[in-house]
Amino acid sequence: MSAEPFTARNHELPILIQNLTKRFGDFTAVDNVSFNVQSGEVFGWLGPNGAGKTTTIRMLLGLIKPTSGNAFVLGFDSATQTKLVHANVGYMSQQFTLYSDLTAMQNIRFYGGVHGLSSDELRQRIAEIIRTAGLEGRENTLTGSLSGGWKQRLALGCAIVHHPKVVFLDEPTAGVDPISRRQFWELIYQMAKEGVTVLVTTHYMDEAELCQRVGFITGGKLVALDSVSQLKQTQMRGQVLEIGASDPEKAMRILKAAQLNGRIPFDEVALYGAQIHAVMPDAQKYKEAIQRLLMGEDVQVSSIERVAPTLEDVFISSVKAPAAIV
Amino acid sequence: MNQFAISAANLVKEFKVNKHVVTAVNGLSLQVAPGETFGLIGPDGAGKTTTTRVILGLLSRTSGESSVLGFDSMNDMYQIRERVGYIAQQFSLPPNLTVMENMLFFAGVHSVDAEEQKKRIPELLAFAGLSEFSNRLAGKLSGGMKKKLALACSLIHEPQVVMLDEPTLGVDPVSRREFWNLLGNLRAEKGLTIFICTPYMDEAERCTRVGLIYEGKLIVDDSPANIKRVIPGHLLEFTPSDFSSALKLCNEMNGVLEVQTYGEKLHVFVDDVLKCKTQIEDALASQGIAYDHLREIEVRMEEAFISLIRRQKESVEQNEMIGEVR
Ligand SMILES: Nc1ncnc2c1ncn2[C@@H]1O[C@H](COP(=O)(O)OP(=O)(O)OP(=O)(O)O)[C@@H](O)[C@H]1O
Ligand SMILES: Nc1ncnc2c1ncn2[C@@H]1O[C@H](COP(=O)(O)OP(=O)(O)OP(=O)(O)O)[C@@H](O)[C@H]1O
Ligand SMILES: [Mg+2]
Ligand SMILES: [Mg+2]
Repeated sequence: MSAEPFTARNHELPILIQNLTKRFGDFTAVDNVSFNVQSGEVFGWLGPNGAGKTTTIRMLLGLIKPTSGNAFVLGFDSATQTKLVHANVGYMSQQFTLYSDLTAMQNIRFYGGVHGLSSDELRQRIAEIIRTAGLEGRENTLTGSLSGGWKQRLALGCAIVHHPKVVFLDEPTAGVDPISRRQFWELIYQMAKEGVTVLVTTHYMDEAELCQRVGFITGGKLVALDSVSQLKQTQMRGQVLEIGASDPEKAMRILKAAQLNGRIPFDEVALYGAQIHAVMPDAQKYKEAIQRLLMGEDVQVSSIERVAPTLEDVFISSVKAPAAIV
Repeated sequence: MNQFAISAANLVKEFKVNKHVVTAVNGLSLQVAPGETFGLIGPDGAGKTTTTRVILGLLSRTSGESSVLGFDSMNDMYQIRERVGYIAQQFSLPPNLTVMENMLFFAGVHSVDAEEQKKRIPELLAFAGLSEFSNRLAGKLSGGMKKKLALACSLIHEPQVVMLDEPTLGVDPVSRREFWNLLGNLRAEKGLTIFICTPYMDEAERCTRVGLIYEGKLIVDDSPANIKRVIPGHLLEFTPSDFSSALKLCNEMNGVLEVQTYGEKLHVFVDDVLKCKTQIEDALASQGIAYDHLREIEVRMEEAFISLIRRQKESVEQNEMIGEVR
């Protein structure tokens, strides 16, 4: 048992972080962060590059020691009971960690063996993982010569080979195609339904919409922590106008100029696929002015309407100027 | 000399694995004019990376032709390397060099003179958001920061052509926009030709032309607008309270051509907007499913990609069935 005085409640929580801080020299990568994740929850751990997401996960896994504060997984202290943590969790790291000179199947067998699966269990899991990852026919391909997307699929399979209770996925869908991205999330939800707790990082905000709760970290600090729908209400300081224009790039230039010279008080104007999302205090008030401005410069406006903010809008808004400190 | 920045004709690349042959690129032809932004998209393992590497001369081709700026991929590798910036999908920067040392190293490799270095390095570091980290070892950067450093290094010699293999993998949404703005500026100011492989469909949207590769063959090659136009029907979007019931209901409905999931939203392709919108509203109401924001939206590359791949798979399967019947 750890020397840390943890309460019975800590035991029930799959993930618990208390005042966690990590400094590298005089640089603070994670700064006094606290949160917990409930059983069976899919928790999105989001933030810009260098925010401290991976560092947090590495402390939860006991791979690096916190400078101060605590991390518990399933009631085990990550810093002192690291082996117990490892036995019960799955981890897909952001960096590729499978063995390139083993075949796809050998990698699954290796990770299954590490976690003490019997040969019967192994045989069954190999078949299951090959099928869910869509790697049929590639069982015997050297992992190093699999394409990037296939490597990610295999890595996910290896991370969950032993049916862990808690799973840490650090950018699992980076580089997988739009169709398999959806399949990854179906799998994540399937696991959650079976009671597995998932902490996942991603830079795809459309995926993050699928999380039950998300935490935003930036500059090492937790700046928001809530359900997606709550965040959309509390973190957006402005309304979103979605604009469809004949020449989106030109429309962008015109609107950016209008922002710069203060003609329209945009908080943000950004291309969102082929459309433009403009954030401003009062969308209704400026709708016509925007339309006139664009038409005046020969840009046809096919649609312009106020839409609910997406999580991407919220991300940009939170990261630029954190509204609430949790 | 031909007038194309990048060209490939009947390009074939086979890998010999054990005793059998993997055809990664299977008779692919494409042409990219100077100043174009060409996006190569396709499912995991379709052949994007292999195509890129063969065109660059990093892999030898099995047959066919390929060239960059009129220089043959196989015979004029040195000329190509001088003029082209490349970021590999799985790259590694020297981890024991600092950010600044990496920049200087790449500047040296490409013989960028000292004057130019003094001007460009700070610009590129600022773009990459790494100015304050110039003394940090590359190995200690976060995943996304490494990627940004690689981007900065690939632009140090002001190449005429860049070939980028999933350059924004792991890059956060805000920086991804900044990266595309930078590419846009380089295109406008210097006429940079851009060839980019990407799993992000919002990025494909920003290309002047997109090639869709499937099992080593280019099956679509057109502007994003034209590609999207090919998808039949109109697109309705809404957010149901009960996702799986709503999905089932739409799948079984008359007039529905295709249903896709997008985060917590459903995307339903229908033949007739007015008719189907009412149908869906009635059906949802009768099953007591609440919903939000049911409206027609424009088809994006994301939906087009899924639809095109789905149809390609179906037609391949159908041909196989016809073959079996015969
Ligand atoms: N061993 C280390 N020594 C010094 N600094 C480090 C070390 N490990 C991480 N850092 C720094 O800590 C900060 C947080 O890094 P971390 O990898 O946690 O970011 P992240 O949120 O996962 O970012 P990304 O989205 O790019 O993966 C970065 O500035 C990084 O350079
Ligand atoms: N060195 C190699 N030896 C054997 N097969 C290879 C090698 N490199 C690639 N392949 C195979 O060639 C095919 C195409 O791979 P490629 O990496 O070009 O795909 P991709 O379109 O870039 O995929 P992704 O989007 O997942 O990166 C795959 O079947 C892959 O396994
Ligand atoms: Mg990270
Ligand atoms: Mg690739």
